[in-house]
Amino acid sequence: MGDQDVHALAGVTLDIERGSFWAISGASGSGKSTMLNLLGCLDRPTSGRYALEGKSISTLSDDELSDIRLQHLGFVFQSFNLIPQLTVQENIELPLFYQGIDAGEAAKRARDIADRVGLTDRLGHRPTELSGGQQQRVAIARALSNNPSVLLADEPTGNLDTATGDSIMKLLSELHEQGKTIMMVTHEPEIAAYAQFQLVMRDGKIESIASNDSSRALHKAGGVLA
Amino acid sequence: MINSRFIRNVRLGIKTLMLHKMRSILTMLGMVFGVGAVIAMLAVGEGASKDALDQIRRLGSQNIIINSQQPISQAASGSMRSNMNIYGLLYDDLDRIEQSFDTIEQTVPAKLIRGEGRVGDRTLELRLVATTPNWFELVSRDRVAGRYMTQLDIDHHANVVVLTEHGARKLLVGKTTIGSQVRISQGIFTVIGVIKSESTQSGTMQTPDQEIDAYIPLNVAIERFGDINVTRTSGSRSRELVELHQLIVQVDSIKNVESTAAAIERMLSIHHPKGDYKMSVPLALLRQAEATQRTFNIVLGSIAGISLLIGGIGIMNIMLASVTERTREIGIRRAIGARRKQIIGQFLIETVVLSVTGGFIGIGIGILIPWLITMFADMPTVVTMWSVLLSVVISIGVGIVFGMYPAMRAANLDPIVALRYE
Repeated sequence: MGDQDVHALAGVTLDIERGSFWAISGASGSGKSTMLNLLGCLDRPTSGRYALEGKSISTLSDDELSDIRLQHLGFVFQSFNLIPQLTVQENIELPLFYQGIDAGEAAKRARDIADRVGLTDRLGHRPTELSGGQQQRVAIARALSNNPSVLLADEPTGNLDTATGDSIMKLLSELHEQGKTIMMVTHEPEIAAYAQFQLVMRDGKIESIASNDSSRALHKAGGVLA
Repeated sequence: MINSRFIRNVRLGIKTLMLHKMRSILTMLGMVFGVGAVIAMLAVGEGASKDALDQIRRLGSQNIIINSQQPISQAASGSMRSNMNIYGLLYDDLDRIEQSFDTIEQTVPAKLIRGEGRVGDRTLELRLVATTPNWFELVSRDRVAGRYMTQLDIDHHANVVVLTEHGARKLLVGKTTIGSQVRISQGIFTVIGVIKSESTQSGTMQTPDQEIDAYIPLNVAIERFGDINVTRTSGSRSRELVELHQLIVQVDSIKNVESTAAAIERMLSIHHPKGDYKMSVPLALLRQAEATQRTFNIVLGSIAGISLLIGGIGIMNIMLASVTERTREIGIRRAIGARRKQIIGQFLIETVVLSVTGGFIGIGIGILIPWLITMFADMPTVVTMWSVLLSVVISIGVGIVFGMYPAMRAANLDPIVALRYE
């Protein structure tokens, strides 16, 4: 990028209400990935402030950020990002493993979650033995296993055909209805339509916020201050 | 909890390594040969030196052994045919030594006489060791039958003999050993005991016993055989007069051995300007042998160290490749909430599993090779416990040392970059 500092995000103010479902879209380079990385505590803002559940993360150490991801966040990626040498069950258990939860309890929770996402009979399989849709369900199950308050999804249907993509989106919608906060990056309008709010980024700034859900008022959920 | 996580990490490590069996095996080879070489070489070295050290220890580390020795100048001159060849330790030396040093526990004189033992028509070339009862105390040899020589035998000038197992077997086949009569040169001796001889016929100069030895009381030998030995060599006769052939001095404690030896040496050199004696101190020999062994071990250790270094570098190389290959996995784990320390732990455990597995196979090979050497080359080898334990420790050490850098590299990856890695 040369010597000049490039601000991937600048002057963005956003208030995300607990339990809301957001779709973030924008051209490549618009800052939507940076936004998701910040929200996911994978990155810290160079200036400005980001608070998750009232706690500012800007000044946290690497270990503290890890702990926040471990306790409060779940990630779903476009390319599923399952660990190939682990079975489905072990993949789902991974966050519990890092939380130090004992094997028996972790296995029980993994089975419960697998039931919820419809993977009961696939627990012993390797990720490579599964279809794309099933792999994404495993990824969602893994993201849910630590019972996070926020689910971050980066193009969750990007590698799936339309029908499978729809079923994954239905699953995310269900999770939203069950109270999860979901932040999803997507460039497909049909996928974005599943969210309550559609946020469009452009050149590191918020271009627009639109509500899909007429029952909720925009000002209650979030706002823009350019 | 930490413990169960550790076990799961080890299991995961093994599982990951099993995904690339060939690669893991090739990676381990360095450790296998390194550790195998260490144990095998140490076993061979240990076996060789144990033999030598045992032989020296058998002489007794508290003892000083002085042997009579024909002076070189005298032996060289050929005009000795008619003359008496007089040299060696004197009865006076025994008294002088006994009276001069209070660090001496006891002294054992020995006079060696060539003789022929005869029972019926059976004969055996013997080395008569004319000595005192404390010989048996000092050069402790197991008794097979009968009894050792006693002070009573000396007091009564008894014609008694203690044979070695070898001598008894050769002379007294099928006879009751104890109480048998053996004709030795001009006298008849009664066998009172049989002892085990630990050295063979080709025992070294310093070895106090040989298997053709027959032990008789010193005073009996002096009265019966005198001090003159006649030996016939290629037609000519040579006569020599030696009062005592050997003196074994036992010092009261190991720490006084060297100073006492030096003092005796000084005293003897005054009375024996010809240098017709040779002193050997088993303790000094032992120290020397041990020093040699230490040098040997250092050389082996260096070779082993180099091979282990190469093994470790091989492992590090593969682990670095593995970290690059698994960048994505590292990113996923970090995104899920794994701390840097946990990533380091994961990769370190994998490296240690590799190095320790290689180490254990190496230990197997290191035990097998000396066993084969002993089997086929008939060389003594000793696989020591400490070399095996050392190998285990070294294996773990190599894993940690050479695994640390790749593990740190894995842990320091930026999770965002790692997640995007193709």
